[in-house]
Amino acid sequence: MAVETGRSVAQAAGGDARGHGRRTGRTPEKAPGPLRRALATHWYAWAMVAPVVIVIAVIIGYPLLRGVWLSLTNADEANVARTIGVNEIEATYEFVGLENYTAILTDSVFWDRLGWTVLWTVGCVSVTFLLGLMLAVMLNRKLRGRTLYRIAIILPWGIPAFVSVFAWKMLFNEKNGILNAVLSGGGIDGVPWLGDPTWAKISVIVVNVWLGVPFMLVALLGALQAIPSELLEAAEVDGANAWQRFRNVTLPGIRSVSSTVVLLSTIWTFNMFPVIYLLTRGGPGDSTEILVTYAYRLSFLNSPRDFATSAAWGVLILLLLMAFAVVYRRSLRKQGEVW
Amino acid sequence: MTTMNSTGATTATTTPDPTTTASVPAAPARPRRVRGRGERGPLASFGLHAGLLLAAVAAVFPPLWLLVTSFKPKSDAFTTSLVENFTFENYDHVLNDTYFLTWFGNSVLVVAVTTLLGVFISATTGYAVSRFRFPGMRPLMWTLLITQMFPMAILIVPLYNLMAQLGLLNQPVGLIITYLTIAVPFCAWMMKGFFDTIPVSIDESGRVDGLNPFGTFWRLILPLAKPGLAVTGFYSFVTAWAEVAYASAFMTGEENLTLAGGLQTFVNQYTGDWGSMTAAAVIIAVPAAIVFGFAQRHLVAGLTSGAVKS
Repeated sequence: MAVETGRSVAQAAGGDARGHGRRTGRTPEKAPGPLRRALATHWYAWAMVAPVVIVIAVIIGYPLLRGVWLSLTNADEANVARTIGVNEIEATYEFVGLENYTAILTDSVFWDRLGWTVLWTVGCVSVTFLLGLMLAVMLNRKLRGRTLYRIAIILPWGIPAFVSVFAWKMLFNEKNGILNAVLSGGGIDGVPWLGDPTWAKISVIVVNVWLGVPFMLVALLGALQAIPSELLEAAEVDGANAWQRFRNVTLPGIRSVSSTVVLLSTIWTFNMFPVIYLLTRGGPGDSTEILVTYAYRLSFLNSPRDFATSAAWGVLILLLLMAFAVVYRRSLRKQGEVW
Repeated sequence: MTTMNSTGATTATTTPDPTTTASVPAAPARPRRVRGRGERGPLASFGLHAGLLLAAVAAVFPPLWLLVTSFKPKSDAFTTSLVENFTFENYDHVLNDTYFLTWFGNSVLVVAVTTLLGVFISATTGYAVSRFRFPGMRPLMWTLLITQMFPMAILIVPLYNLMAQLGLLNQPVGLIITYLTIAVPFCAWMMKGFFDTIPVSIDESGRVDGLNPFGTFWRLILPLAKPGLAVTGFYSFVTAWAEVAYASAFMTGEENLTLAGGLQTFVNQYTGDWGSMTAAAVIIAVPAAIVFGFAQRHLVAGLTSGAVKS
């Protein structure tokens, strides 16, 4: 935090000395040609950000606008422009206004999917966070084999998610998977892990938690280790018991890291495509389909492919994510970000 | 202090404690606080180890089982025993009779180019937003923040559309462009975090010595930021390596797939070649896990300092 402040002070000083920076840039009242002056003082900053601005405008901005436009049309597989071999086929879809949106919002599918997405996100994030915190607290103590435990527990992070999901798919296999084999060895009937709507929901959450715990653990362990031990000692001298120390010293000490990782994890989980797509394909039925996988299904798995509705889902998802962005920004600001 | 981590030492140091409590009669209300700081009873120790062991087993078992299964003959893929008929036939099959190596090549090509371009394009921006305050910075930061959260659901349809129009479906170039939509905002954002950790006094000394901002960046800051660039590059590599949605939608036809798409061809609603799947999965996962092992210490710092992509 001190570094952060020092930096901005130094920056302000440097900025003034050289005649650029926020303050001088914002007082163009009598300056001859404010635009020219701004250009003179900021041209190198603009030149430095230019590559990214151009790339983003071309490969994100333009498709995004096109996506919004598509969501206002009736585009589907049969009427979009495409190139087949050497033949170019012209687009024949039409503007239909907000029809797609009214159709989506008045249909129960969207609200069902939204409900499950919220449940999925809250469930995954809360369980992941609690497990991560628990394990971090345990690993933060002196014990034998700590490094070994640590390596083992963060292993899931090091494996590409799509590989791990296939590993789980194998464990979950209803007829032959090892989980059911173990259960039947114990005299319990096999569980339709991916075949029953409720079990499938539990299974995808389990896998996502498994994938997410290592990140939480490492981030929280770092935060725990950054708490000065003097604080805990002082609390102990003052007669605080273990729980009180945890509640009043440790938890406040890791609060800023916690809020960041919870927020990140919320965004990731909300957008988590591979787990659901690869494990259940959204099934059985559409019981495990979250918003992003459903939008994908509309345009790439269903037949005929419905690009317009899928684009409209995309826009609605974007609006939801904007809310996350605002919250995230606020949390960054609390940590001393200055923009 | 040094002996505290063993249970034996715990009990040993507990023994003299009753005398201590006895000698301080003013504190009879806390007779349970007899252990020193950081020590635990054998029961707590057992609980700690049991909990961690359980977590470790749960974390390691799925990949381990993948590894074990890959050495079993196809017919035994679902036996619960450990390897009885050890064999490399799955690996042999995957490497020689499938497109696996082509997929691997496709993945490496697409991901490496994406990463290099992403880091290259966004380095100066990361520096600019870390150091300067200029008009347009706030909108730019917002754009970077929001584009990082973009799920593929928003861009996939229009991008697919454009690629189809331009004839870039099934082309590595198409996938590279697509992945840049993820990599560029992510790299710029993450690198801002790294540049933030480099003291501004270095910039100033450069300016005093007469370097212009580009010179400062190129000669002073960039060499210092090399570890940051490496971590950013590594992370965007891993992200693109594990990307599933775009890869499955844009690349079709067996020889065009990347690894994420290729692995799906072994096990899907029509076939279940679990033996080959496990062998391929191991070949994909082992190098990733090893590289990750070296890099992981640096990852969290970069992520929590303000990057959003998984």
